[in-house]
Parts: sequence; structure tokens; C-alpha cells
Amino acid sequence: MLAGIRTRELRKVYTSPPPVAAGVGGFSFGGAKGKGKSKQPKPEIVALDGITLDITPGEIFCLLGPNGAGKSTTVGILTTRVRPTAGKAFIGEYEVWNNQVAVKRLIGVVAQRPNLDFNLTAREILTFHGAYFGLSAYERAKRAEALLERFKLTDRADQMVRGFSGGMMQRLSIARAMMHDPQVLFLDEPSAGLDPQTRLLLWEIIREYNASGKTILLTTHNMEEADALCQRLAIIDHGRVIALGTPRELKASVPGGFLLRLRFGPHSSEFLKRFENLSGVREVRGTDGSGADLYADRGGSLVPEVANVASAAGVELLDVHISEPSLENLFLHHTGRSLRE
Amino acid sequence: MNWKTFLAILARDAHVARRNFVALLFQTFLQPLMFVFIFGRVMVGSGYLPESYKSLLLPGIMAICMVGTGIWAVAMPVIAEFQFTHEIEDRLLAPMEISWLAVEKVVAGTLQSLAAGLMVIPAAWLLLRPGVDLRVPHPLLFAAVAVLVALFSATGGLALGCSMQQTHIGLMFSLIVAPMIFFGCTYYPWSALGKFPLLQRAVLVNPLVYASEGLRATLVPQFPHLSLLAVLGALVVFNFLLFTMGLKKFYGKAVS
Repeated sequence: MLAGIRTRELRKVYTSPPPVAAGVGGFSFGGAKGKGKSKQPKPEIVALDGITLDITPGEIFCLLGPNGAGKSTTVGILTTRVRPTAGKAFIGEYEVWNNQVAVKRLIGVVAQRPNLDFNLTAREILTFHGAYFGLSAYERAKRAEALLERFKLTDRADQMVRGFSGGMMQRLSIARAMMHDPQVLFLDEPSAGLDPQTRLLLWEIIREYNASGKTILLTTHNMEEADALCQRLAIIDHGRVIALGTPRELKASVPGGFLLRLRFGPHSSEFLKRFENLSGVREVRGTDGSGADLYADRGGSLVPEVANVASAAGVELLDVHISEPSLENLFLHHTGRSLRE
Repeated sequence: MNWKTFLAILARDAHVARRNFVALLFQTFLQPLMFVFIFGRVMVGSGYLPESYKSLLLPGIMAICMVGTGIWAVAMPVIAEFQFTHEIEDRLLAPMEISWLAVEKVVAGTLQSLAAGLMVIPAAWLLLRPGVDLRVPHPLLFAAVAVLVALFSATGGLALGCSMQQTHIGLMFSLIVAPMIFFGCTYYPWSALGKFPLLQRAVLVNPLVYASEGLRATLVPQFPHLSLLAVLGALVVFNFLLFTMGLKKFYGKAVS
């Protein structure tokens, strides 16, 4: 049975500190816990503010956004670990909150931080996971062996995982999530902390798993990963979807595609308007008096002209940074902030 | 309810307990058996305590071992798995209602507590003999009390483990477990507090009192003890309250 993912106007408001798993690290709490008898209203943190998504069965879909954007909370709701404040989430035909056991059978989850069973060996982690999902002993052993082989963990299979490196733990977490062959696989920041070689192995495995018709939802703040892997993606920020489409569509939606980030010495706002007349410049945005972002359909060839305009006005050009069409530019265009900030 | 999943998770706990068997053995029995040796053997042998103290002490030691084991077996993993290793998450995602995972923890803790209680009787008897006078007139009643005590230790472990921060583990033992043991009628019968009427009433809020007095009533009924009916009733009430509280807190930790 193929299963997709749907959410309708999902909202989540935390009234107590959200779990680290939900990764809402970007927020700060207004008031510390009140001492004394007076009851202070609990600080409310809006993690999700009306997320609606339709992810078709068999799709690799990516949630892209900075820390604290609401990616992990969305995954938390879809994987039964976070109760939505409002709205609905569906895996296949099942509404998640009211059909938790049925949903858990359909999904595999790789959490953002390692959560392997430290009391078991790598092989036991896989076989016990299989047992939780009712696989026969023969089937468990067979699948565990194949996954250990695929994730290059065979030589450490019978060791306790306590001494494993971060990359090995991450590979084993993904193997475990695939152990019961779920229809929908959630990967929360799967390649964080992986070396480039392991990252490529991971991408290959994800594509392979997807080729068998499985739906994959992954979160990342790595544009390269979203670009390379996803068929469609949603950019989310402050709990809202700010852009949705294929990587190509989204990149094409940035005016011009190229972005020149310029920093100047003291200058007037009138001065920035002069750049609008340069050929190929689509949009000029001032950045807090320190300079401007130029969205344009060319990059390096614009730099001499920019320098000319500046020297003609007697303004010092301090710094130029050119980026080619990318999802980073898209995020910046929509939010005025860099994904890495 | 998905029994396959439930039993698989129980099998995981059994596997881990087997792997840590030797450490568990020392952790459970070393301190109580040293106590048995010093008080039951040295103090009695040198004439500072009467011979009958041996028989009085044994049910109390059994209660300490059972309650200690159950609390440790449930509370420590709950604290570590939720707050430190997060390893419980894989089981929270197993195809079973989350509350059943709390039930599984209680079942695993109860079984370990019962095993500890049954193992400490022959061990203490070997250390103390001769002079231990165990009568056990109603084996079924003894079994019922033992099961209720084991359940109390596991539900207590669940409630404690789900209420404690990882940084407060030391406090949990010095502020809760240690006073519970000393004011739990483990080393003396409840009637011995007759000269301290206020304290005698106050200790009745301590569930361990009913555990030790219950085991005393069924193992060595020749000593004064609380009425068995009161013991059974109190243990049932405590088990119910602790389980309800533990379940609620467990759910609160599992789902945000």
C-alpha cells in the first residue's frame, strides 16, 4: 500500500519548553519559571502556524528552513510524538493523532539526535526493532544482515554501539528505521555531522529506497542536499510555509537568480537607487544602511559597473559577495535572512 | 493491544537484565546481606541483640531488596532513556499504544523485584542460620503480599522515574528512598514504635511499612504485626495511586 502525507492547517503552540527533539532551539523563553505564589501565564511558543502540505506517495519531499523554523515539530506531529494544537495530519488514509498504532506501522523515523539502544549491539538493535514490528526470527536475521551490509556496518555488527562514531550511529539509525520496510520514511537532518563520503552513500540509499515506491520526508538546512535529493520542497520559517515547489521552480522564482551582496561605506538611500538602472539588475534591497542586495540575471560581469557607480558617487565599496542561483538566495529573498543565521 | 510488540519489548528488557546480571546481583544484594551479617550474625552472636532478632530482620531485608530492585529497575532506565540516551524513542514508535510501554516497564520491574525477593530468602537464611524461624502458615497469602510488594516497587519506580530530573538522582535516594527504608519498619516491627505514638502514626503514610509488615505477617507471624487486611488494602491503594500517577507522567514525557 503506497502512502503519502497530508497536513491541513497544522498549528502547534508549546506552553512548556518543547523537547529538544522538536528542535525549537531558536526561540527564547520570555519569563523564567515564576517563583512565589503568583501564577504567571505560561509563555506560549508558536512552533507551527498553519502548515498545509500535500506530499504524494513515492515522493522525496524536503522541509528546508533554519533552526527553530518548525521542521522537527512537523515531523513530531506526523510521527505521533507531538500533539497538534489545531489542524490535522494524515499518513496515507489515517489521521495521525487518532490512529497512532496504524500510523506507526507505516512509518520509519530517523530522529535528529542519536537515540540508539545503548544496551544492545548493532545487530540486536535491528533484530529487536524487527521484533517490535512482529517480524519472524528468520526474517529479522535476514533483513538485519542485509542492512548491516548495505550500510557498511558488518564488521562492527556484534559490538555494543556505545563506542560507535557519530557517523556509524547515524547509519545504524537509518538502517533501523528501514528494518520494518515502512511506506513512509522520515529523516530529520539525516546528514548532519556526516563526512562527505558517508553523505553520498546516504543519498544513494535514500534514492534506492524511494525507487521502490516509498515516500520520504527529510528535513535539512543544507541547500545542496535539498537540491540534490528532493523532487519537491517546502521552505518554512517561523512555522509557516513561505515557498513550495520543485528546486528548479523555486530557484527560478528568485528575480534574476544571481545575488550580489554589497557593502558600502557611508552612503545615502538615494545612492542605492542608481543600481536599479544597471542592465540585468532586477531588484535592489537596502540592508540596514550598510549596503544592498542586488538580485540580477548576471553575476561577476556586474561588479565593474557597480564599482564605477560607487566611485562616481564618492562612496567606498567595502565588500562584494556573488552567489549563483541557489535555494539560499531564495530563502534570503523571502525572509531577508540567511539560512545559516 | 498488540501482544507481539509487548512481549518483544519485554524480551528486550529481559535480554538487557541478563547481560547486566552480575552487576545487578551486587547492586541488589551486597548491601542488604552485609546488613544481615552485621546485625543478624555479629550483633546477635556477641549477645547485643536477642536470637529472635534474626527472624524479625529477614522479612524487612526482603522488603528492602524487593523495593530497591523494583525502583531501580524502573526509575533509572526511565530517567536515562528519556533524558540522556533517548533510547526509549524506538520503543515509543513501536506499533503499540504508548501507555502499554509504561505497563511493560511495570511488569519488567515487578518480575525483577519478585526474583530479588525470592533469592534473598535463601541467601539471608544461609547467613543467619541456625536460629531463623520461618513459619509461612499461608503460602498463598505470602505470594499475594509478595506480588503486591513487587508491584508497589515497580509502580513507585515509574512514578519516581517520571517525576525526577536526571540531575536529582542523588537526591531521590537520599531524600526519598533512604528515609523510606529507615522509617519503613524494615529493621524493627511497627509495634516497636509504640513508645513514639506520633511517629508511629506518621510512618503509616510510608508504603514500605505495609510491605515489611505484610511480609512479616506472612513469613514470621509469631511476631506482632499489622493486620493483614490493612496491609493488603493499603498496598492495593498505594499501587493504584502510584500507577495512575506514573502512567500520566510517563505519557506527558512521551508526547509533547
